[in-house]
Amino acid sequence: MLQRIVIIGAGQAAAQAVATLRAEGYAGAIAMVGDEPYAPYQRPPLSKAYLMGTLERARLFLKPDSFYRESDCELILGVAVRAIDRKARSVLLSDGRTLPYSMLLLATGTRVRRIKCPGAVLAGIHYLRSIEDVDGLNAVFQKGKRLAVVGGGYIGLEVAAVAVKHGLDVTVFEAMDRVMARAVSKPVSDFFEQAHRAAGVKLLLNTGVDAFEGAGQLKSVKAGANHFPADIALVGIGVVPNVELAKEAGLACEDGIVVDQNCATADPAIFAAGDCTWHVGREGIPLRLESVQNAIDQAKHAAYAMAGKPKTYSEVPWFWSDQYDLKLQIAGLARADDQIVVRGDPTSRKFAAFHLRDGAVAAVEAVNAPSEYLVGRKLIAAGSHVAPEHLADLSVPMKSFA
Amino acid sequence: MPKIKYIDEKGTERDVEVPAGWSVMEGAVKNLIPGIDADCGGACACATCHVYVDSAWLEKLPPKQDMEETMLDFAQDVESNSRLSCQITVTTELDGMVVRTPKTQH
Ligand SMILES: Cc1cc2nc3c(=O)[nH]c(=O)nc-3n(C[C@H](O)[C@H](O)[C@H](O)COP(=O)(O)OP(=O)(O)OC[C@H]3O[C@@H](n4cnc5c(N)ncnc54)[C@H](O)[C@@H]3O)c2cc1C
Ligand code: FES
Repeated sequence: MLQRIVIIGAGQAAAQAVATLRAEGYAGAIAMVGDEPYAPYQRPPLSKAYLMGTLERARLFLKPDSFYRESDCELILGVAVRAIDRKARSVLLSDGRTLPYSMLLLATGTRVRRIKCPGAVLAGIHYLRSIEDVDGLNAVFQKGKRLAVVGGGYIGLEVAAVAVKHGLDVTVFEAMDRVMARAVSKPVSDFFEQAHRAAGVKLLLNTGVDAFEGAGQLKSVKAGANHFPADIALVGIGVVPNVELAKEAGLACEDGIVVDQNCATADPAIFAAGDCTWHVGREGIPLRLESVQNAIDQAKHAAYAMAGKPKTYSEVPWFWSDQYDLKLQIAGLARADDQIVVRGDPTSRKFAAFHLRDGAVAAVEAVNAPSEYLVGRKLIAAGSHVAPEHLADLSVPMKSFA
Repeated sequence: MPKIKYIDEKGTERDVEVPAGWSVMEGAVKNLIPGIDADCGGACACATCHVYVDSAWLEKLPPKQDMEETMLDFAQDVESNSRLSCQITVTTELDGMVVRTPKTQH
């Protein structure tokens, strides 16, 4: 009988799945199909060191070519999977080939959400998800250019930080009343807002972009009654999970491909991992995560299950973002009604915001504060209760909570 | 190109060339050295790239920054010669350096 695992997508989760499948003793064939022309690479540096120009392309790749040879993994790159035939257990490739599988791993990630407004197709409007995107942006990323960043989320703000360092004139347009509103608590948003302003970024809150203006080439950004001159726009307004293949094959999808805690779909031969999944979080609430941690840990769990050794996925989520000399490290899952306890003084550029829920530590957002982050991660994993007044007291060392 | 010697927990030695400017972590990952996970890819955010630096080489390294020092505090089986390999940049002066990888990164 055919033994071949086909992995759809060649990103962070795909690379991890190959490593774990072999480490767990899976001996059948593996083929990885990716529509980008590259072997799996890291995306986080794309909006950081790679855009900055301090990290060359060769250093982006997650594994050397020899890894795929030694893991006996066939890499099929620059080719997309067009359809999954669950009855025949095969996938149809964009080059016309049909590839049979015994098990399938969907690691299709996400794609950027395109902005829908007049002028959205003008030249000069960029997005950031892939090497190709950065290379396109880099070609116009020059000192003195006016950059409009649409969306004050991680990616927009990371790009803004790199851009001001490069001498661009940067304006961030954020529709909400604070930056990174989806991801961090208000004290942390407020701190980053100040940090960007201090670095020379113009930051417009409560300001949605209504249109891009220009004849062919972007000339200005329209927000409300105002027109802001701009040479380049970088749109970072979120991502959409690549679920279409799964959906067309009749697999359940929400805002992601539905999987259980073993990363299994309802079809016993099909698994999914990474940014594309809608999974049950450790708190029992279904969600989709966009992070390296989730891609790695879900890929491991999918591989355990495919190798016949399933384990329950319940890792504490973690994430980071680098802006200027500020390292933001986040663990856990925040909720809007959490009690927020701030430890340390934001003006010292080193502090943390803890989220307490029913007295237990549920999440931590740490800025240049690795002990708060790491101890926080342990407290979250253990479901520990900590007195807010102790947590807020810098004279009580973090280690004493661990 | 500087050569770095990686010794795993079983004592197996691997000498690999690592371009100057790359980190000791990248040298390991790009040469399939076992025992280093490097989940965050060198962002000093995961502490899964812990190594033990041979004592003869320890003093040649620039001191740890705060971030590395604290991240290490929470790694497994930390010794006085523990470092996060993603925070060590390979230079020609480090040609021949010896590092040991730990039993586990978790
Ligand atoms: C600019 C940027 C900065 C980031 N910074 C951070 C950070 O600091 N920290 C952090 O934790 N995370 C960060 N992330 C998120 C992180 O990179 C993702 O969570 C991670 O890459 C998800 O891995 P994945 O394997 O699920 O998906 P991806 O890495 O997106 O890989 C999916 C791949 O599948 C391909 N694909 C999709 N459909 C098909 C098909 N039908 N056929 C063939 N191939 C297909 C896609 O083109 C893509 O190459 C960042 C992301 C970006 C874009
Ligand atoms: S690779 Fe993550 S801390 Fe070194």
